[in-house]
Formats: sequence, C-alpha cells, structure tokens
Amino acid sequence: MAAERRLILRHIDQPGYTPDIDCYRRHGGYKTLEKALRLEAAEGPDGRRLTPQERLRQEVAVSQLRGRGGAGFPTGLKWSLVDRTSGKPIHLICNADESEPGAFKDRQILYKDPHQLLEGMILACYANEAHQAWIYIRGEFIQGARILEKALEEARRAGFLGNNILGSGYDLEIHIHRGAGAYICGEETALIESLEGRRPYPRVKPPFYPTVFGLYQCPTIVNNVETLCAVKHVIEMGGAEYAKLGSPNNTGTRIVCLSGCVRRPGYYEIETGKVTLRELIFEESFGGGLREGRRLKAVIPGGVSSRVFRAGEKVKLPSSDPSEQGAARAVDALDIPYDFTTVAAAGSMSGAGAIIVLDDTVSMVEALANIAEFFAHESCGQCVPCREGSFWISEILRRILRGEGRPQDPDELLRIARNIAGGKTVCAFGDACARPVESFVTKFEEEFRAACGARIGAPAGGE
Amino acid sequence: MREEPTDEVNAAIAEIARRYPQPRSAALMVLHFLQERFGCLTPPLIEQAAEQLGLQPVNLYELVTFYPMFRMRPAGRWHLRLCRTLSCALAGSAELHRYLCEKLGLDPSERGPQTTPDGRVTVEFVDCLARCHQAPAALCNEEEWDRVDKGKLDEFLRRLESERGDELG
Repeated sequence: MAAERRLILRHIDQPGYTPDIDCYRRHGGYKTLEKALRLEAAEGPDGRRLTPQERLRQEVAVSQLRGRGGAGFPTGLKWSLVDRTSGKPIHLICNADESEPGAFKDRQILYKDPHQLLEGMILACYANEAHQAWIYIRGEFIQGARILEKALEEARRAGFLGNNILGSGYDLEIHIHRGAGAYICGEETALIESLEGRRPYPRVKPPFYPTVFGLYQCPTIVNNVETLCAVKHVIEMGGAEYAKLGSPNNTGTRIVCLSGCVRRPGYYEIETGKVTLRELIFEESFGGGLREGRRLKAVIPGGVSSRVFRAGEKVKLPSSDPSEQGAARAVDALDIPYDFTTVAAAGSMSGAGAIIVLDDTVSMVEALANIAEFFAHESCGQCVPCREGSFWISEILRRILRGEGRPQDPDELLRIARNIAGGKTVCAFGDACARPVESFVTKFEEEFRAACGARIGAPAGGE
Repeated sequence: MREEPTDEVNAAIAEIARRYPQPRSAALMVLHFLQERFGCLTPPLIEQAAEQLGLQPVNLYELVTFYPMFRMRPAGRWHLRLCRTLSCALAGSAELHRYLCEKLGLDPSERGPQTTPDGRVTVEFVDCLARCHQAPAALCNEEEWDRVDKGKLDEFLRRLESERGDELG
C-alpha cells in the first residue's frame, strides 16, 4: 500500500511542534547550515578544484531536484544559468505567492515551519553568493507574513542572518515583501516587476531567465518555498542520496494538495512518482475515496491551469520497457504515477501539486465557468488575446449557465481558447487559461452540447 | 482618524524604503502600511507617499487601481473575504455568499467588495485563499475561517447585532 514519505513535513503537525526557532533547533534545525558554512574547497569529480559554494551547487545539481512551483524546472540548472561574471549583485527571491487554485502546500511551511524555509533560503543564498534576498508572500497571508517577520528576527538574533553569519564572513539580509491579491505575481517576471514597485506585467522574453536579467537587471534566482526547503534536505542528505528518493528525473519528495470531492482533503508528502493518482484519491492513507454513493467524474491533476482527466480516460504513454523502443501503451489516467514527467506525457501537468477531484454531482459547465471567471479576473490585461479571450470565455459560460447557450457555443469556446494559447501572449497565463477550456469542452463535449441545446423550454433562473 | 501623514508615518515610510536598494520597490509595502494605518488610501496619503519615495503620484495610483487588496474607500469594520474558487465553490461557497449578502442587504451578484450602509461590514467574494482542504474558506479581517457554514455565518451576524446593541446601549 502506498504511504506518505514526510521529509519537508516531517515535524509539521506533530503535537507540540511550534514555529519558533527554539523548537526548530531542538529538532536539529540550522545544523545543516552550520555544517555548510564550515565546508572547505575540495576537488570535484572532474578533478577541478571547487569552492565551498560550488560544492553546494554541485549537490543540488546531482540531486536532480526540480522546482516545485509549477514548471518543474531543474533547480541545479537554474542556478547554473546565473550570470556570475557581470559584477552585479546576485539576488534571490523566494516565491511564496502561492495562488494556484487547489494549491495550499507552501502555506503549511510558511505558517508552521518558517525556519525550515529560512534555513533552505540561507543555504541557497550562500551557495549562490547572494547577499540580499526577498520572500514575496501573497498579500492574503497576513498571519503568514507576521510569522515570517518573527522568524527572521529570531534568525537575526541567533546569528543566522546579518553580517558575518556564524563567523563565516558571509553577509545576508532577507526581507519580506507582501503582494496584494494579484495571481499574476506568481509568474516570476511579474513578481520581479511587482518587487520593483510596478504593475506586475510579465516581462517580454527573451531574455528567458531572470538568472541573467532579473531584479534591477541583476542576475536573480526565483525559487518556490517547497523547492528551497528541498534544498535544505539535499544539502543535509547529499545530492546523490536525495536522488534515490522518488523516481528517475522526478527525484525527492513532493507535497501533494488534495481537495474537492474526497473524504480526506489535505496535504500529503509522497516520494515523487511512487504513488498513482488512483492511490492518492482512494487509499485510506490519502484521500480516502469519494463520499457515500458518489462516483468519480474527473480529476484536475495540477491546479486549474492543467488539463482535466476524465474518469476512465485512457492516456497514451511511451513504454518504459526498452525492448518496445518507446512504443505507446494505453493506460488509465488514474493509474499513472504522480510526478512531473508522466503526468506531462499523459497530456496534462502536475504543476504545483494541486489535485482537485470532481464527482458525479458536479456540473462540468459550472466547474469550468468557475475556473474561467478566475482567469478573467486575474488576467493582467497586458496582452489582448488573454485579456479579451479570458473575459469572453467567462461571459459565454455564464450565458450557458443562465440557460441561454447557443448550439455553436462549445465550438466558440474552443475557438477562443485556441486563439489565446500557443505563444500569442507574453507569459504562460494565456496557455493556462486556455487549457481547462480546451480539455473540459473536448472531454465532456456531450455535457456542454446538452447545456447549450437545452435552451428551448429550459426553466429560467440559475443565477 | 487623521488622514494626513504625520512625522511618525513619514519615518515609518522611510524605514520601509531603507530595506530596498531602490525606494520604488517599497511601494507595495508602504501602501499596505498606510492602508492598515488609515483604513484606506486617500489621495493625500498616496501623493505624500509618492513624494517621499521620489515617485509621481501616478506611479502609486496605478498600483492601487491594479491590486485587488488596495482600496481608496474605507472598508467596514469587519472585512469578510469568502473564497469563490473551485474547491470552495464545490463546498457551497456561492450559496454562503448569497445567504450573507441577503442577510446584510447587499447584492449577491456582486463579487467585488461591498459595504453595508452603516459601514460595519464589507463582504467580498475573492479568489483562492490557499486553504482548499478546509473549504469553504474565508478571511475575516485577519482571522482565518475554515469550513464555513450557515451556522458560522449566523454566529457572525449575531456578533454584529450584539455589537450594535452595545454601541446603542
């Protein structure tokens, strides 16, 4: 039977575990940082002499850790893209703007174990020779910002922040920056604009990565809360040891957020790729199945930006058996392991680990209307296809819910979605708002057609 | 309540600005500070803050009008943000929003912030509060409410009533 593997959440929710520094240190906190700061230069695998910082970066590269914010970008690779020759200061930003509907994992860390994040962040800053760092926390996390302020103060007093940290000669200051209710700030270049005091309009790419031109045009690393905590464990365990957890190219643990129509919604930390969607939803140690008498209808595997899976849907995956040379095999979508690679190969994504379960009482039209309203509200308005498209998608869905849908509306929704997606916008929001529309309408076509055809004689009302 | 920034307020703004390599970066944190202190962001506050950060007023107005959490008119003494996004909607948040609006004489079809005529309560139907496992989720001022139901809302309405009674009493 599949089970949790708590690494980052090891202490969270244990009786008596509190977010203060004393409790964190009683549980071994900041030991990894102390050790890392004493690290000396040594010869690397290729015989080159590595600085202590390079050795830490090496561990993260070896761990194959992938970013937990949604895109799954390899953290070691991101760090290797930092321009270290520009002479400009290197900045690090922790993206704590957790806003993807269905995601609530970062919040558990911020509220219940803030020092774990700080230790990971200080390690990441030290490894990258950053001396100034920010935590961009979403505005609604009012208590969270306060908990972090207190944690920062405690860390400063204990000598883990400030000048000459633990006598190492290394200086670092971390500040908190609160967002103010805009989902788009989770996009890293929008976040940087917001941190610069501007409207959070995502930046035009290229340059693709803030690691070259980021905050104040300086090389900047933006890492998610969970990623930075994972860095702490990578350094603690060693990259190679960490990479033994999970599955190839999907190493380590991930915190999965389960919500919607399950008995036991919540956050569960698993070895990446070692548990299937079916196990996450139905096993007693996870979601515990659906409520009495309900049947599964659909699963949103990675936040509302991801393509939905229909219950019973068969997805084509390349065979893992080398003798079959990658020939496709059909697998029930629920039986795929929950990781970055397989969920992507099945046509969706695991994103920030937000699984939303829909049972047979849910109207897919209503669910999509809810998602569409979210995107219409959150589009920053910079690009016309996204601003206008997300608005009209939402309007059409509202019209359908009012019983005024036209027979051509499902096709119209698909047409608009296709006119937003595919590189027509500055950032990935455009694709994100198109994916649910495209997948809901295609995979539940009969339901959308019925909702639009049922106009004549349908009772007025609804909203 | 004073609306003019005092020396003390100016000192606080300067203190926030010191945390950043460029003062403009302090904009959001300064606006949060002023809104928490004065209840809302009035033109004199915005313009004074802009001057202090070396910005044009429009540089701050464009933030105040973009970010949903900033407001130029006061909110009620109680600001209830109820989540409208998918997992909370599946747990009945739309019905709860309608119920609360009807009880308070507000428009249930309005998702943006609306305040009762007596200035006591602001109700807002907001996007995901990142507590989907405790749906429906709400934020009442700074207090986080989990698994909100009609009973919880009735309790809140009774609290409002008794508060009003105390004030009249």
